[in-house]
Amino acid sequence: MLSVKGLRANVGENEILKGLDLEVGPGEVHAIMGPNGSGKSTLAHVLSGREGYEVTAGSVTFEGQDLLALEPEERAQRGLFLAFQYPVELPGVNNTYFLKAALNSVRKSRGEDELDAVSFLRLIKEKLKILHLDDSLLKRSVNAGFSGGEKKRNEIFQMALLEPKLAILDETDSGLDIDALRVVADGVNALRSPERSMIVVTHYQRLLDYIEPDHVHVLAKGRIIRSGGKELALELEEKGYGWVVEEERAA
Amino acid sequence: MTSTQAVDDIVRSEYEHGFVTEIESDTFPPGLDEGVVRAISARKREPEFMTEWRLKAYRHWLTMAPPHWAAVDYPPIDFNAISYFSAPKRPEDAPKSLDEIDPALLETYEKLGIPIEEQKALAGIAVDAVFDSVSVATTFRAALAEAGVVFCSISEAVHEHPELVKAYLGSVVPHTDNFYAALNSAVFSDGTFVYVPKGVRCPMELSTYFRINARNTGQFERTLIVADEGSYVSYLEGCTAPQRDENQLHAAVVELIALKDAEIKYSTVQNWYPGDAEGRGGIYNFVTKRGDCRGARSKISWTQVETGSAITWKYPSCILRGDDSVGEFYSVAVTKGRQQADTGTKMIHLGRNTRSTIVSKGISAGEGQQTYRGLVRISQRAAGARNHTQCDSLLIGDRCAANTFPYIEVRHPSANLEHEATTSKISEDQLFYCRSRGLTAEDAVSMIVNGFCKEVFNELPMEFAVEAQKLLSISLEGAVG
Repeated sequence: MLSVKGLRANVGENEILKGLDLEVGPGEVHAIMGPNGSGKSTLAHVLSGREGYEVTAGSVTFEGQDLLALEPEERAQRGLFLAFQYPVELPGVNNTYFLKAALNSVRKSRGEDELDAVSFLRLIKEKLKILHLDDSLLKRSVNAGFSGGEKKRNEIFQMALLEPKLAILDETDSGLDIDALRVVADGVNALRSPERSMIVVTHYQRLLDYIEPDHVHVLAKGRIIRSGGKELALELEEKGYGWVVEEERAA
Repeated sequence: MTSTQAVDDIVRSEYEHGFVTEIESDTFPPGLDEGVVRAISARKREPEFMTEWRLKAYRHWLTMAPPHWAAVDYPPIDFNAISYFSAPKRPEDAPKSLDEIDPALLETYEKLGIPIEEQKALAGIAVDAVFDSVSVATTFRAALAEAGVVFCSISEAVHEHPELVKAYLGSVVPHTDNFYAALNSAVFSDGTFVYVPKGVRCPMELSTYFRINARNTGQFERTLIVADEGSYVSYLEGCTAPQRDENQLHAAVVELIALKDAEIKYSTVQNWYPGDAEGRGGIYNFVTKRGDCRGARSKISWTQVETGSAITWKYPSCILRGDDSVGEFYSVAVTKGRQQADTGTKMIHLGRNTRSTIVSKGISAGEGQQTYRGLVRISQRAAGARNHTQCDSLLIGDRCAANTFPYIEVRHPSANLEHEATTSKISEDQLFYCRSRGLTAEDAVSMIVNGFCKEVFNELPMEFAVEAQKLLSISLEGAVG
């Protein structure tokens, strides 16, 4: 599904990713953990095609295709989805309208018919139900004046609608209280399927109590220094990042 | 919309058998003096009072100087290099085919989905009429006549309704008002006249497209709309398709008069040729538009979408004379490339409990320069007057500019004024967010811009609003990245 090999990326003069390798298979959930400044968000941004990052070496293939050669919208159309750490406000742009435009753009690129207003509303109602969301956010402008929790829920809602093959959740737990976290995690779990892979980027183990990963990776100083099962996350929680970083240095 | 340009073609061709063809001479030599003013009046067979009126305006114009206070920049205009009268173009003088037209313009026509024959009409190429539109125009005229609404060219009105013209022409924008209004009063070529009788609700949206001789009204257009007591009229001016014109300077005057309990809604989509990429050949649009809420409880509402012209200089205004009268101004102005716009409104509160609303949305892209200039004046008599102003600017890119100059004069202690202003930029974050959801950068800009303008588009008649949205998207294509 996704294969990252020897990825190096700069922001300005600074090299943030220093030879990162990652393999994600269909239906797998990978957690990427690491201390602040280790390059977690950079990885999420490089994968989704944000400007301002220069890839200097390595490759990323997504379903056999060179991901880095694609524009951000082309990546989205091919089934990549980024849930933002800080979802962006679009004042004046109605949320339903935005979702419909996004969905139809993705459908069009897949060679499917665009949905008309009626079928779209039906679909939206269905997705709201799965995620246990109420429809009040549909009438508002995209993220404008949303609380932190509402913004994150809106991200997951978009994900439910766009049905990506690979979803990257960038610190989706940040800024959420425990109840909001549970709602968001339930939503994510409802969207797990054998065809959908996920990369869950997080600083804290807490989120992984709710979203159980198949694989856990520790990212430090721009490289994955350790990989393991979900027990690795618990170990990290107990011992902190210092432990694994030290071990890496010793080796 | 555009198909109606063709309607005008047909209707004009009918006119070839009418009095219009009697104008044999094509164009006056450049230059302006009393003789030229008299000659224009004579060509139009105007009664004595009109000739005198024009001359008075001309003499006053001579004492005036072009205004320089607007934040626009252009070389001085040589008023003696302009020809002040030209008959409709003869086919042999018009461009022969679309090959002679700016390809950028043609591309825009394509995107708007305008049929080829209409593209030719818009670009000033002589075309055969499109026949399926004729019946529409005829039906319209019949319905209007039944309601007693007068809707004709101002030249016709001078002959057929001289008492109305005499009573109202220049009563809102006097010939002494400003340099360009004085010039227009002296030499105006033609324009629109509307009179809605007492208590009549005009049965349809009036549009220049459905008016005889609407094309080639020339560079000095004059519009006069009178809504008698208790009447209502909605008037649409302009066209979403870009219009080319040989005349670079356009100095129109629009006067609206609403008597007691009357309401006038005036909507404009202005999309004159903005010039090529360097701004060459674009139209200078220097317009004086003013409405007079003369009677109690009258209402005048201006809605404008300004996307064209090299330079736009216009301030559709309301004089709120009648007690409890209402003035509104809703505006979207777009400047891109090298376009410059200095636009806004004036709300002059004279009557008691008068209310006004100003919603101005300015969008600047490329090297566009834009200024909102607005005046809200509350006079000593205007007890209980209220105004709400909202003035938002949206910048796209980092080479454009937006300025806001609100003038507020309050002379009554009971007045209630609110002024809100914002300036925002379409951010990289917003664009990336949209793109990461599968939308192209252009779709994203169009979506954000339309969201920004929603309050104004809501004021436009439905069909116009849809076209305006489309127009805006096309105008801003390539504005990012």
